[in-house]
Amino acid sequence: MTVVEQVARRTHRARRITPSAPPARRRWARRLPLLPALIYMIVITQIPFIVTLWYSLQNWNLTSNAKAKFTGLSNYASVFTNANYRSSLLVSVEMTAVAVIVSMLLAVALALLLNQKVLGRGFARTLLITPFLIMPVASALLWKTTMLDPTYGLVNWLLSPFGVHHVAWLSSHPLGSIIAVLIWRWTPFMTLIVLAGLQGQPLDVLEAARVDGAGAFVIFRRMIFPHLRPYIELGTLLGSIYIVNTFDEVYSMTQGGPGTSTTNMPYYLYEQAFQAYNIGGAAALGVITVIIVMIIASFALRLIASVFRFEEAVG
Amino acid sequence: MTTIARPRPRAAGHARGRQVKRWSARLAWTVLVWVAAIAFFLPVLWMVLTAFKPETAAYSYPPKFTFSPTLSEFRTVFSRGIGPYLENSVFATLVSTVLVLLLALPASYALSISPVGKWRDSLFFFISTKMLPIVAAIVPIYIVARDVHLLDNVYALVLLYAGMNLPIAVWMLRSFMLEVPGEVLEAARIDGAGLFREITRVIMPIIMPGIAASALICIIFAWNEFFFAVNLTSTVAATMPVFLVGFITSEGLFWAQLSAAATVASVPIIIIGWIAQKQLVRGLSMGALK
Repeated sequence: MTVVEQVARRTHRARRITPSAPPARRRWARRLPLLPALIYMIVITQIPFIVTLWYSLQNWNLTSNAKAKFTGLSNYASVFTNANYRSSLLVSVEMTAVAVIVSMLLAVALALLLNQKVLGRGFARTLLITPFLIMPVASALLWKTTMLDPTYGLVNWLLSPFGVHHVAWLSSHPLGSIIAVLIWRWTPFMTLIVLAGLQGQPLDVLEAARVDGAGAFVIFRRMIFPHLRPYIELGTLLGSIYIVNTFDEVYSMTQGGPGTSTTNMPYYLYEQAFQAYNIGGAAALGVITVIIVMIIASFALRLIASVFRFEEAVG
Repeated sequence: MTTIARPRPRAAGHARGRQVKRWSARLAWTVLVWVAAIAFFLPVLWMVLTAFKPETAAYSYPPKFTFSPTLSEFRTVFSRGIGPYLENSVFATLVSTVLVLLLALPASYALSISPVGKWRDSLFFFISTKMLPIVAAIVPIYIVARDVHLLDNVYALVLLYAGMNLPIAVWMLRSFMLEVPGEVLEAARIDGAGLFREITRVIMPIIMPGIAASALICIIFAWNEFFFAVNLTSTVAATMPVFLVGFITSEGLFWAQLSAAATVASVPIIIIGWIAQKQLVRGLSMGALK
């Protein structure tokens, strides 16, 4: 965990925490309460990943009786040469990028709106965060049926004044439909993060700028946006990490289809492991997923370290 | 004062005109906020409405907003054997949350009030595990569960959900424990309070809201979890999300019934989330934001 150590070093020392090198026995007494949680996490997260790494070097299929055979990097070679593997990678990238960017744009707009003194703001906010709380499998199934159905769906009815009639969203725009549902689910999450940022900005500074004659756009670009930037970055990174792992929507709405048009990496890995029982191939895909996510996560951790320092200095 | 995006008219206009403008701006913002909120809430509202419709009214064009509500679909859902799934969900969620708190409370104490030497490294280790993709670990987890006979066993879910939520709880509880004033702790120690009294009389009352908030966040995530549930359980230990995906193949055409089942599965958690919404940001950003 080099990233973690790097980040941790850069983190600001908390004011109250000044351990003054106590004797070894006291040090262990201090560590004791931490150990159960630490050991639990190591066992439950690190060991499976090491085992995944080991499996990824083997040719092992659960459907045949043949024992696992060490094959070196050949599973990785097939990840990069097999068209289905590559297509799942592309679907994941497109799904994550579009969903994260659109959600974040909407989130900034919504957060600016919710930061106004409007009637029933708390209640509106409560309604707005509901998509994030509902069970993802439940909402995905309802989007598939009652919302996006070509004949009886609510979406087509709402769009009918705009000349949209009986579009079969899930068969004509499968990836777009899933991305739309992802945007619906993740915008509230990002809105909450951006809103937390907005509420940390002192209003009198903005008021002063306004009195000095600064226009709305200038105030946003020069003052609000720079202040929001770390929060927007944090929301984007955390959102990317979560959305890369999207499984529930794909499973419930399209099962990866039609064809492989909505098969993203997690769903492809699931198919390899639990339908084809190709343990080695699934493990190799898992390792690649970890590498991609860890690249995003290293940025996220760094950012959390800086935001975290800021919060602690204030609090 | 009312808006950020609207420049204040600086020219020497009439005071009343300015006020009218301010009110109309406020009205516009209010309408926009409400349109957005209702747009996001609409699918949830539609789920609850459809759940109370008779099956024939669920299939209608244009969609029906008025109908005579019925509980018959809820009755059908319960007679179809939702019971064991609900029980498994409740059991996996509550037991894993208790396990999380038992592990996280002492750990966060050792990372805040009585810190270990390398507390920063430990803290970032916890958070980094939350970022590892679960899908990548499923293969060995499945094989280990198979070999130790934990497949289709609700305790497998308990253990995994605890691992999934423990980092969040550690970060959240730690941020609450940092708010315990050092002077209060010192005063208690000077008065001769032992560790036990210090924890039960001083720390616990202050961090109680934090414990509640952490528990609620853990409950939300464990309840909604699907990936482990679908891959590690089949008939005995299956949870609510697994019950719901049963509708994909067998009864996909019964919308009112599906909506009723989805309502049963979602509404308790939605209400818990509404109660915990102030703490949601803290949990979702792993305690980085308040």
